[in-house]
Amino acid sequence: MGRLHHQSWGRYPRAEQSVRFVDWIPDPLPVNINDTSLLPYGLGRSYGDSCLNDRGTLLDVSRLDRFISFDAENGILRCEAGVSLADILELTVPKGWFLPVTPGTKFVTVGGAIANDIHGKNHHRAGTFGNHTLRFELVRSSGQRIPCSPMENPEWFNATVGGIGLTGLITWAEIRLKRIRTASLDVETIRFDNLAEFFSLSAESDRNFEYTVAWVDCFSRGDSSGRGLFMRANHADVGPAVSSSGPAHSGRASRLNIPFDAPDFLLSDFLMKVFNGLYFRRQREKRSRKILSFDPFFYPLDALGRWNRLYGKPGFFQYQCVVPNGDHRQAAYHILKTVAHSSPGVYLAVLKIFGDTQSPGMLSFPRPGLTFALDIPNRGQTSFALMERLDAIVREAHGAVYPAKDARMSGESFDAFFPGWRDFERYVDPEFSSSFWRRVTGNHLVTK
Amino acid sequence: MRKILVCGATSAIARETARLFARDGDRLFLVGRNAEKLHAIARDLEVRGARQSVCFVADLNDFDRHETIIRNAMESLDGLDTVLVAHGTLSDQEACEKEYRIAEQELRTNFLSVVSLITPIANIFEKQGYGTIAVISSVAGERGRQSNYVYGTAKGAVSLFLQGLRNRLHTKGVHVLTVKPGFVDTPMTEHLPKNILFVQPEDIAKGIYMAITKKKDTVYLPGYWRLIMALIKKIPEANFKRLRL
Repeated sequence: MGRLHHQSWGRYPRAEQSVRFVDWIPDPLPVNINDTSLLPYGLGRSYGDSCLNDRGTLLDVSRLDRFISFDAENGILRCEAGVSLADILELTVPKGWFLPVTPGTKFVTVGGAIANDIHGKNHHRAGTFGNHTLRFELVRSSGQRIPCSPMENPEWFNATVGGIGLTGLITWAEIRLKRIRTASLDVETIRFDNLAEFFSLSAESDRNFEYTVAWVDCFSRGDSSGRGLFMRANHADVGPAVSSSGPAHSGRASRLNIPFDAPDFLLSDFLMKVFNGLYFRRQREKRSRKILSFDPFFYPLDALGRWNRLYGKPGFFQYQCVVPNGDHRQAAYHILKTVAHSSPGVYLAVLKIFGDTQSPGMLSFPRPGLTFALDIPNRGQTSFALMERLDAIVREAHGAVYPAKDARMSGESFDAFFPGWRDFERYVDPEFSSSFWRRVTGNHLVTK
Repeated sequence: MRKILVCGATSAIARETARLFARDGDRLFLVGRNAEKLHAIARDLEVRGARQSVCFVADLNDFDRHETIIRNAMESLDGLDTVLVAHGTLSDQEACEKEYRIAEQELRTNFLSVVSLITPIANIFEKQGYGTIAVISSVAGERGRQSNYVYGTAKGAVSLFLQGLRNRLHTKGVHVLTVKPGFVDTPMTEHLPKNILFVQPEDIAKGIYMAITKKKDTVYLPGYWRLIMALIKKIPEANFKRLRL
């Protein structure tokens, strides 16, 4: 059964695939369905094609959504792989525990968080999701069930963390949560006028703030180039008690839904330029400080269901790269200059400094340096050409592009960004594959 | 705090409904055929706040065990005030047409097993003077259609049985709830092509939870099915028989 709603968040590319649900942990994998390959699929929040398997089969884990145990003394949670971060927050925040690492949406599964080794605004302190994953079960198409932890079968643990679903199916996982005293954050927002200011704000803030991130106006040029807002926060010590947080909303039931694809004029470069300018000016004073509940702080876009429809039918790209410490300042200027003069423009840009916590994942994306996340509408060839130019800058700086968000990088670029993929390949399940994997390794396989 | 017996506890709708009761700290007695699945659900419910969740492995088609199930539930939970009957099969209509034995089996599973379970429970609740009996019927039981009239017959009979039971027990303080879901996206309907009318089991569960707490008689889930079925029931039989439904 092909299901149109099994797409990726960027809605590009589109894929035709059959879908099999995994209902229970002990279920055997449905191998050799119409002779196609398998790929686990959670909530479809990967932007590009790493969660797609065109002409193949998806293993939908959304029904593997049961908790197994929760030790509220020590913050150790064990659950099935299809449990979402929203489900976890709903359970644990009232008991004083928070996710050790969270991305910008809570509508991702635990399995997906491990497979993409996700990171968040506290990377400089906490590293990636894999750094807080204690153990999980990996099911191979052979029927073998491999218990994985940093101590037990560590090679499988390391291959599967950040292994984009290719090493087999994660059925359950155990993670370590983080103590909180309130459900709120003490957030400071600081205006900056250029990149140099961003770098000094980062250096100053990363020591004393658990969460740091910056928004940059990519339409600004010349003197105002690199202007933006820097946000830094800590969990608040005083404020509403943890139990007063509202219920977590599921993706389907969020308060406001975008009901259909937006018409093209809504997302014109002109309007977005105006929007970015207004957003910058909204903050009048240099600094502001407020107490925010965790939902609006971490997940502002979750309040708007299916916001990806705002980019219209052609969809959009999120281009996320990291440039390692060293050349990162120069590369950052180069990237900003490239996008400021581009058409289509970059509608939303987020910057953050990654810390040096080493992730266990062989194919993990984060590395010490500066990361950029850029939202780019799909305008066909011009969008692709822009991202090719960015790839060249990132390659030169020995950086990498994030597979979880990629829909288009070349095999050569992937090889340059993740030279370890050839070692990783040994752990790929012979029955598993993805659109992404075929795209970035296809060339190499032919020449082997 | 409720003391709830859930029959067919591994079904998607039952599981989602049980989660809502678990959050209230209720006590649950879960009946299903598969021990491993029951335990997975019981652990989930306990993490979510259930004061107690007991597993009991039984095939509800084995009517001789119904009394044992009820007795065990009452002993484990120290009483009983709510029953949710959620087990069932979506019949293979074609197979039922070819072979009476299959049709009979479907009627046993989807109708007679409900009568066998509810009859003693109704008497217990009548005697104690309180209790809620909630049974999942279906909009398919509202009018016979060629595509699934054996299933529809069973569900229609369930609805009628509950109607009579409600009429008998409403003066005795016992609440009888008939739940009529439309299309639900569950493992039971996995082979069906999905259309816009399909909803998620958690949406149905919310409706059941509300209907139990508000002591409703009959609920269509989602509510718009009440209107759809009212229209379908209005079509004169002379025209209806020509439709390919």
